[in-house]
Amino acid sequence: MDFAILTFLAQDGLTTGAIYALIALAIVLVFAVTRVILVCQGDFVAFSALTLATLQAGEVPGTLWLLLGGAALVCAKDIVTAVRRRHAARIPLHLLTHLSLPLLLWALLGNLDLANLHGALKVLLTLAIVIPLGPIFYRLVYQPAAQASVLLLLILSVALHSMLVGLGLWLFGAEGFRTLPFTDSSFMLGDAMIGGQNLLVIGIALLLIVALYLFFGHSLYGKALRATAFNRNGAQLVGIPTELAGSSAFFLAALIGACSGILIGPITTLYYDSGFLISLKGFVAAIIGGLASYPLAAGGAFLVGLIESFASFWASAYKEVIVFTLVIPVLLWLSLTTHHVEEEH
Amino acid sequence: MKRLTALLLAPLLSATAYADINVGISLSTTGPGASLGIPERNTVRMLPAEIAGEKVNYIVLDDATDSTAAAKNARKLVGENKVDLMIGSTTVPTSSAMAQIARENGTPLIVLAPLAPQGEEKAWVFTIPQTNELMADALVEHMQAQQVKTLGFIGYSDAWGDDWYKVLGEQGPAAGIQLTSNERFNRTDASVSGQVLKVLASRPDAVLIGATGTPAALPHTELRRLGYKGAIYHTHGAANQAFLRIGGKALEGAILPVGPVVIWDKLPAEHPSKALAAEYAQNYEKVNGPNSLSPFGAYLYDAAQLLKAAAPQALAKAKPGSAEFRSALREAMENAKGVVGTHGVYNLSADDHFGHDQRGRTLVTVQDQKWVLLDSAQ
Repeated sequence: MDFAILTFLAQDGLTTGAIYALIALAIVLVFAVTRVILVCQGDFVAFSALTLATLQAGEVPGTLWLLLGGAALVCAKDIVTAVRRRHAARIPLHLLTHLSLPLLLWALLGNLDLANLHGALKVLLTLAIVIPLGPIFYRLVYQPAAQASVLLLLILSVALHSMLVGLGLWLFGAEGFRTLPFTDSSFMLGDAMIGGQNLLVIGIALLLIVALYLFFGHSLYGKALRATAFNRNGAQLVGIPTELAGSSAFFLAALIGACSGILIGPITTLYYDSGFLISLKGFVAAIIGGLASYPLAAGGAFLVGLIESFASFWASAYKEVIVFTLVIPVLLWLSLTTHHVEEEH
Repeated sequence: MKRLTALLLAPLLSATAYADINVGISLSTTGPGASLGIPERNTVRMLPAEIAGEKVNYIVLDDATDSTAAAKNARKLVGENKVDLMIGSTTVPTSSAMAQIARENGTPLIVLAPLAPQGEEKAWVFTIPQTNELMADALVEHMQAQQVKTLGFIGYSDAWGDDWYKVLGEQGPAAGIQLTSNERFNRTDASVSGQVLKVLASRPDAVLIGATGTPAALPHTELRRLGYKGAIYHTHGAANQAFLRIGGKALEGAILPVGPVVIWDKLPAEHPSKALAAEYAQNYEKVNGPNSLSPFGAYLYDAAQLLKAAAPQALAKAKPGSAEFRSALREAMENAKGVVGTHGVYNLSADDHFGHDQRGRTLVTVQDQKWVLLDSAQ
């Protein structure tokens, strides 16, 4: 193994590691705030890449129908609650808040000349379609069971994921897609070739991580989310609406997932069911951070990426085994060093 | 919607009288095999509705590319629907699960994956796709002509990759071709750079990618991106339009063996499969859109050709729905000779339940994102 191969593998590992880091952060964030293990985090990644690829092919992406259907259900749910509580005056407000964005997107996609649209606008459209799915899933699937046990929430997650994989096959078909690269540039660093696209992925991932850090550390909204994560009941007592916190956590998770999808789309081929493996790797990283620590999870993600990259060079047939075996020593270490805290308190 | 109605109609069809010929089809239309299974399911509506004056009912089930579900489907088809013939499944592991039940219940099975059944199962199981041996033979011949001495291998970490590596390991050395690497990847891998670097480090004259459909394009583009200049070969599993779309310009010059149906419009007029392949391809693309043709759907079409050829003899001996009919159908299929399909001509015998010969394969290369016959390309 010479220096060129070493740098190339490291570069490859850090790039996938950056994506896993984003996924891991989203998983930790959602778990901390809502106690949900978000199995479908990877599906946001796959769906956003596939949505962008469909837009680039000049067609209307199937996720638009998912968004319209989901928004209509949430809206119906709110209207039913409003009628039951005799707040009929709120119905127009519900219609406006839930349906305006999806209908606007529908009108836009129906009338725009998609084939000749600027690339950046397609990225924005993709984000606008995929990100609202996060809060929609929370409102429809998790909020009614917000007080349930972690196990029940996990079962809901698995069910949601299976449903999304089925819908993905229906909406996008079984074949893989690749989005257009943002940049074809590459430059030589000594003997090693560094790809511009790889640098872009790592750069934007780091930027997002810093932005999340600032959001949680220095904004009132972020602090409220952290408070909910720390102690749900306490947060409620000081006037933080925990339902809003759940929606916000899912919004951020979908945002991170959609960005990851757009970043990874040009590097690899993505399929309707690619999300699960990406979720699992992110989950391994999140476990390294004990499902609680953001920096440890991000570090774990880069470790997973690097191990995966080098394992695919040394022993490609055992690559997944090597990556997932990593969980065992970490779990052993965690169970030996931390004392068990009862979940319901 | 069409897909849905096909699935919804399935239970209705199964309730019909036993005098008709009932064919049970189990396909992998969801799960990892979906890219192959969906064109197969789209072909169901093109199968003959009547054979030798008897109505034919098709019962279609999905096994989700899961061996357990495939076995369950086969038991349901045999037990509840009392089918005369089973067709399926899409992948080798799911087909293998069905083969076991076909033998236990004495129901003939036509398999749409290159499964080579062993022992007692062999009597009841017929295989439509070309064997990997037949296809590898054509590739090795081409490599020999191109003075290839060393060959790198990168393939799926599943039965498809294993079998191709095994076949190349047998045929390669006999032709003076040494395998230099055995790298594996998964269909949904985010990156194959590590494997590709390992292949490159072994400095092979040519590389063979043992994968199917769109995932086969990823190692190819990666090899070219990292500056590999040698020839790149693929298997017949890669030959669909989505593969060409996703690989783009990087696929230029790729060489792969395909069944005649893939290049139906470029076949010489005297090729036995030309007429049938043209009919199938045009009908299929009329319904499913241009460039939707897949060699996998054509396998199901060929399975129906085999049934069409064998059913009259079986009908002469017994009524559909009886064990005698199933046994007679099996015997008639085993002795079928010169059955023309879209993938070549099938000549079956007690020893050979594949029945393909050289007419079942053609080498093609990729030029301007289209398949081109290799002879005319040179």
